[in-house]
Amino acid sequence: MITLADLLTLSAILFALAVAGIFLNRKNVILLLMCVELLLLAANFNFIAFSRMLGDLTGQVFVFFVLTVAAAESAIGLAILVVLFRERRSISVEDLNTLKG
Amino acid sequence: MNPHLLIAIPLAPLIAAVIAGLAGHRIGRVATHTLTITGVAIACGLSLYVLKQMYWGGVGTFNGPVYTWLVSDGVHIQVGFLIDRLSVLMMSVVTFVSLCVHVYTIGYMSDDPGYTRFFSYISLFTFAMLMLVMANNFMQLFFGWEAVGMVSYLLIGFWYTRPSAIFANLKAFIVNRVGDFGFILGIAALFSYTHSLSYTTAFAAAPHIAQQTLPVFGGVNALTLACVCLFIGAMGKSAQVPLHVWLPDSMEGPTPISALIHAATMVTAGIFMVARMSPLFEYSNAALSFVLVIGATTAFFMGILGVVNNDIKRVIAYSTLSQLGYMTAALGASAYSAAIFHLMTHAFFKALLFLAAGSVIIGMHHEQDMRKMGGLGKYMPITAITCWIGGLALVATPFFSGFYSKDAIIEAVGLSHRWGSTYAYWCVLFGSFITSLYTFRLLFMTFHGEERFRHAAAAHGHDEHGHEAHGAHEPRESPLVVTLPLIALAIPSLVIGYLTVGTVLYGNYFGSAIMVRPQNDVLAQMAAGYHGPLRLALEGLVGWPFLFALAGFATAWLFFLRRPDLADAAAVKFAWLKRILDQKFYFDWFNEQVIARLGRGLGTGLWKVGDQGVIDGALVNGTAASVGWFGGVVRRVQSGYLYSYAFWIVIGLAALLGWFLVHA
Repeated sequence: MITLADLLTLSAILFALAVAGIFLNRKNVILLLMCVELLLLAANFNFIAFSRMLGDLTGQVFVFFVLTVAAAESAIGLAILVVLFRERRSISVEDLNTLKG
Repeated sequence: MNPHLLIAIPLAPLIAAVIAGLAGHRIGRVATHTLTITGVAIACGLSLYVLKQMYWGGVGTFNGPVYTWLVSDGVHIQVGFLIDRLSVLMMSVVTFVSLCVHVYTIGYMSDDPGYTRFFSYISLFTFAMLMLVMANNFMQLFFGWEAVGMVSYLLIGFWYTRPSAIFANLKAFIVNRVGDFGFILGIAALFSYTHSLSYTTAFAAAPHIAQQTLPVFGGVNALTLACVCLFIGAMGKSAQVPLHVWLPDSMEGPTPISALIHAATMVTAGIFMVARMSPLFEYSNAALSFVLVIGATTAFFMGILGVVNNDIKRVIAYSTLSQLGYMTAALGASAYSAAIFHLMTHAFFKALLFLAAGSVIIGMHHEQDMRKMGGLGKYMPITAITCWIGGLALVATPFFSGFYSKDAIIEAVGLSHRWGSTYAYWCVLFGSFITSLYTFRLLFMTFHGEERFRHAAAAHGHDEHGHEAHGAHEPRESPLVVTLPLIALAIPSLVIGYLTVGTVLYGNYFGSAIMVRPQNDVLAQMAAGYHGPLRLALEGLVGWPFLFALAGFATAWLFFLRRPDLADAAAVKFAWLKRILDQKFYFDWFNEQVIARLGRGLGTGLWKVGDQGVIDGALVNGTAASVGWFGGVVRRVQSGYLYSYAFWIVIGLAALLGWFLVHA
């Protein structure tokens, strides 16, 4: 039997992986986008887990919303990425420090 | 008395001044002087009407507000008039002299580009002076006081392209600030006891305040302190030692101004003020002693300076100082009526002398040095005769107006038993010798003797025009607009003393307007021996002051007409004395080298340390610098890397959640 705790643990592992990916990645912006997706998926996992435990479908409906928004967000993110690449001929994270004070 | 009529008196010159000032160049010269002269003539006519009503018509004193400006904490700040016999006399003198000067200005300033501006200023002055004189409260008095000071500043610097005029007007303004500071302290001292600005309240409270002690300088009588402070204001305005230094320099202004403001009216504001405040001063013998000593010192020592000066206007300016000293001494001797009487006669003959000097200056083509004049009596008879009348009045020749007032002052000071009165008596008595000496020196050097302007003209011609200018500088009598005011002023200079001495001085004319305590009343003692103006003048012919004046006449005649070489020899022999006198007792030197230098040092110190160091350095720039430093520290956090921001977000989230978990 898969318990709620197992599901939440998996979700937490996924989340931690995604955060670690954001921090440790120095080379590729696409990887950042993927990690962000993974963060959202980890959150979705929690929604589903609690939805199942409570027998309430509202959580699963939310997952669809999140997925939709995530898809839209990815599309915009990739579009920005393309423009960025045209501008700077690079998608390395280390080159993107124009916010530096 | 109808208040509307009284309001019209100061308002007529004000309206004329505003129109002349704002639209003068648009309406033209003739319209400007017609307008301003009409304004002053209205004021003069109404003043004389009020005087007539009060003296012959039996109309009583008017004392009331005409406009309330604001009420704050029970203190009413109002425009109010106190019209009694004192103020109405002043109003009449001020407006009459002002009217003469307005007319005279048409001739004197005819070729000046600032013609309309000048008329605007003198009308404004008349307004300000009337407000001062008519005031029934300290606030309005102070307003008038400052307003006349401001107009005086504007007029001394009327020819504002001359550096000397700018220097002189700043000097006048700054020296007057010193006096005004004392004045406002005096008002504040009275206010702190009465909590009211009205004269009536202050006068009623005088005996009470005289009982109080103020805890300053180790405890002084409150009324004495207030009176001395008020008198310091008068010292600035009426140019008493040591705040007299601005008056001789104020001669940089046009001559009509010297006559109106710096001789006849504004400088007498201090005298008027003390007389107005007689119910206060009477309760403080110490303050009156101070007044007496300062006045007598001014009368004597400033007169001496007139003897060595060569600028015709400055000689008359020193004479004004000296005569103001006489008036002040009279105030100090509780002879307020005598001071006001001398103020009135002096206003006429001193304005006359100044206007005559102006006429001479026109005739000499703006030459003011008496060494380049001489023998002008032949060319300018009206000026010479009127100037002689003014001069004789000034030296207190019996039957002339100055005699009645000045002799009364000398006698009153002699009768006074106040501390310092012996010193003051000798000062004013010898002062009549000095007065006579410088007056006749001026008359002789200007109107008689050798025609020195011919040398000057010849030398001038050789320098600049070769041989063509010979005789081109022949002086000519001035036009009618100049001589008419001279005649108009010469008549009162001759007769007003004779006509009014019995009324103003001995006839209790002022009534309740001037308060004298019986034990101080020297004039009452003199009135007991008064038997008509004729007998007074005949007695004056053998009195000490007149003998001193005769001695002065003889000395002046010998040194400046008969044997001018003797004067030069004396100047060589007493070179040390002449140097002191040429340096005007080193007052200017002291002010410039000590006071001004201390002031500049203090200013520089405050500027460098206080302003640049503390305010700019520590506070303003210090704030910016510390913000910048803090920014420099925290900017290191801003790496610009997305992952770093994300990291901090997570850390922050974790910290918040952790805090929440621990506390909840």
